[in-house]
Amino acid sequence: MSKETKQILSTDGIPLEESLKKAEKKNKIKAFLLVCPLLLFLIITYVFPIGEMLFRSVDDKMVTNMLPKTYKAMENWDGKDLPEEDVFKAFYLDYKILVEEKRHGKLATQLNYEKNGFKSILKKLARKQKKFEEGNYKDQITKVHKRWGQVDYWRAIKRRAPAYTYSKYLKGVDMYENEDGKIVQVPENRRIHKLLWMRTLNIALGVTILCFFMAYPIAHLLATLPMKYSNLLMICVLLPFWTSLLVRTASWMILLQQQGIVNDFIVWIGLVSDDNRPEMMYNKTGTFVAMTQILLPFMVLPLYSVMKTISPSLMRAGKSLGATPAIAFFKVYFPLTIPGIGAGCLLVFILAIGYYITPALVGGASGTLISNQIAYHMKETLDWSFASAMGLMLLAGVLAIYWLYNKLVGVDNIKLG
Amino acid sequence: MSKNKEFVKFDKVDKSYDGKVLVVKDLNLNIAEGEFVTMLGPSGSGKTTCLMMLAGFETPTNGEIYLNSNPISNIPPHKRGIGMVFQNYALFPHMTVYENLAFPLKVRKILKDDIDKKVDKVLSMVSLSGFEKRMPGQLSGGQQQRVAVARSLVFDPQLVLMDEPLGALDKNLRESMQYEIKHIHESIGVTVVYVTHDQGEALTMSNRIAVFNDGKVQQLSSPDKLYEEPVNSFVAEFIGENNTFSGEVTDFSKDKCKVKLTSGNEILANPIAIKSKGEKTRVSLRPERAIIDPDSKMENKFKGKIEEVIYHGDHTRVRLNLLENKEFILKIPNSSARMDIKVGNELNVGWNSFDARALDPK
Repeated sequence: MSKETKQILSTDGIPLEESLKKAEKKNKIKAFLLVCPLLLFLIITYVFPIGEMLFRSVDDKMVTNMLPKTYKAMENWDGKDLPEEDVFKAFYLDYKILVEEKRHGKLATQLNYEKNGFKSILKKLARKQKKFEEGNYKDQITKVHKRWGQVDYWRAIKRRAPAYTYSKYLKGVDMYENEDGKIVQVPENRRIHKLLWMRTLNIALGVTILCFFMAYPIAHLLATLPMKYSNLLMICVLLPFWTSLLVRTASWMILLQQQGIVNDFIVWIGLVSDDNRPEMMYNKTGTFVAMTQILLPFMVLPLYSVMKTISPSLMRAGKSLGATPAIAFFKVYFPLTIPGIGAGCLLVFILAIGYYITPALVGGASGTLISNQIAYHMKETLDWSFASAMGLMLLAGVLAIYWLYNKLVGVDNIKLG
Repeated sequence: MSKNKEFVKFDKVDKSYDGKVLVVKDLNLNIAEGEFVTMLGPSGSGKTTCLMMLAGFETPTNGEIYLNSNPISNIPPHKRGIGMVFQNYALFPHMTVYENLAFPLKVRKILKDDIDKKVDKVLSMVSLSGFEKRMPGQLSGGQQQRVAVARSLVFDPQLVLMDEPLGALDKNLRESMQYEIKHIHESIGVTVVYVTHDQGEALTMSNRIAVFNDGKVQQLSSPDKLYEEPVNSFVAEFIGENNTFSGEVTDFSKDKCKVKLTSGNEILANPIAIKSKGEKTRVSLRPERAIIDPDSKMENKFKGKIEEVIYHGDHTRVRLNLLENKEFILKIPNSSARMDIKVGNELNVGWNSFDARALDPK
């Protein structure tokens, strides 16, 4: 049977498949040329930067390239006691070149990430090494500063030997590889990232839930009202959407600050006394309120588009068959809106988990999220590889949620419009 | 036990949506138990509104609806126990056929075994046994329709409402479904109120038909009476085909009247809505009641010129220009005898005065 199908020929005697390919070739080329600009754009603006970010987050060649001789000499060092003379000599020679080329500052920054206190002793070494005599570098270097005689510092240098490292990822979850090569948590008072991750998850989840409960009735109203009212309501939903994000966040600042409108109002109606105004901004509350308002349309629109397709006669059918309005809603209407709920929640959650401007402006210290920390490392500490690592962890988190959603509900059930 | 003659009773029901226009005006309608009553009318005539008021999705603006002698205006739809088949079936798309059918039973907290039995029974009634696990989307239109009918019957309601249930089906399927619904009605004896704008459907299925127009019931009677003896021009023109002549009554007796047409000719007609001499009237005559080459006993005999001949397979429709009415239709059975039916020829046409019904002038 299969052989017969292979031998089908067109009227001209060419095999059918070949003739089909020939006929479709032009169309295929046309289609490819049409998607080409977008494909290129995506590769340049998305695939390439993400790849670059991934590379940067694990790339550790800088120190490796700065101290080539040292690492060669360190290969035979077991790391238990202070290294031998040959390591000291190699380090002196490497460092001398760096000082001459004025690149030793970068090394100091890099090694200081690894262990605090490197900056000062490297600076001191840079000054003193000019007067070094040939031979017995171990003594000369350890004399510069007593820390050079501590084995920890040499171990720290050795830890930077590999060209690639996952230490940034460990740092992102408040862990590090200690001197013995074991992965341990940082001291409790320095565990800041874990807190930020949890807070980001909490706020994203909370905002998603708040958005859902507020958007569901609105979307239902939108879908069932007569056209002239629903259009007006739709504009009310979309108007904030068209307003600049910054303007909206700023307006929340005006509303929520301690001398702001909301506070003035609750003092005026006597809910709280004037000298006891609650803080509604520069904390979690501010982040919650502002983000919920800003992300609300992203929940309303998918819900609305799904609800619009649900025939009102279904609810009527449910009721006519004897179901109370509540049962008819939960058994008939609600299950049919699940694709919209899934799409809306996924959209809001993913947007919320990486939200930046709003928490930065109204979040204060207790309301900042992981994205603010990423921005901080991008702009302030200039530890781009750490920022990249955290960015990728965020991306991985989003993909994991997407995967989970696909397992539980199925991506085919998403309806965005 | 005698059957309740006023099982469903509309008592002076008015309905308005906007407070300006009455969609249903002073509706009085009695439906007996076990009857199949069709509400027939053009769109916007208020028939669906009546059905929705009966189902409980709309409230009467004035008046009361009684079900089995109990007023039901204040009973919410889910407590009325009325089965309903919707225009677009309204099957729950996320449930299987079984779950759809079990839904009304589950909300009534019936035991699982009894549910299974009832679902089986109702499925075999609509000849869909074995389709329990299908989703509605996997069924054809006719099958979906049958599931919808089954669902409206599965909880043994006393009354089933059907809102143009066959509107979305193609012609052949619609006809076979008409018989199927009629047979189901006959076999279980449930009262059915059926809404349609398709007169053929209404005529074949119903015990009685209520013709709606302009928010009012124009006539409520059995299909044959409705067709043969329409009480006003609207019903005459809405049901079946119709030849009409407008004129003025010049002579009037108990069962005959003389009508002078605008062309000047006078015809004899049966006075239905005529009370006295001098009234304006519209005479209605069914095409099949006019015959060609009438014998001398016929009271109305005229000559008409053939304007158009339309071949219909089993019969031929001939449009004549008769007494200045260019739309006069004749139905002639196809036979080899009449070869002179050609455009331009003249035909002798006649009819009895009894069949020409003098109705309101409209």
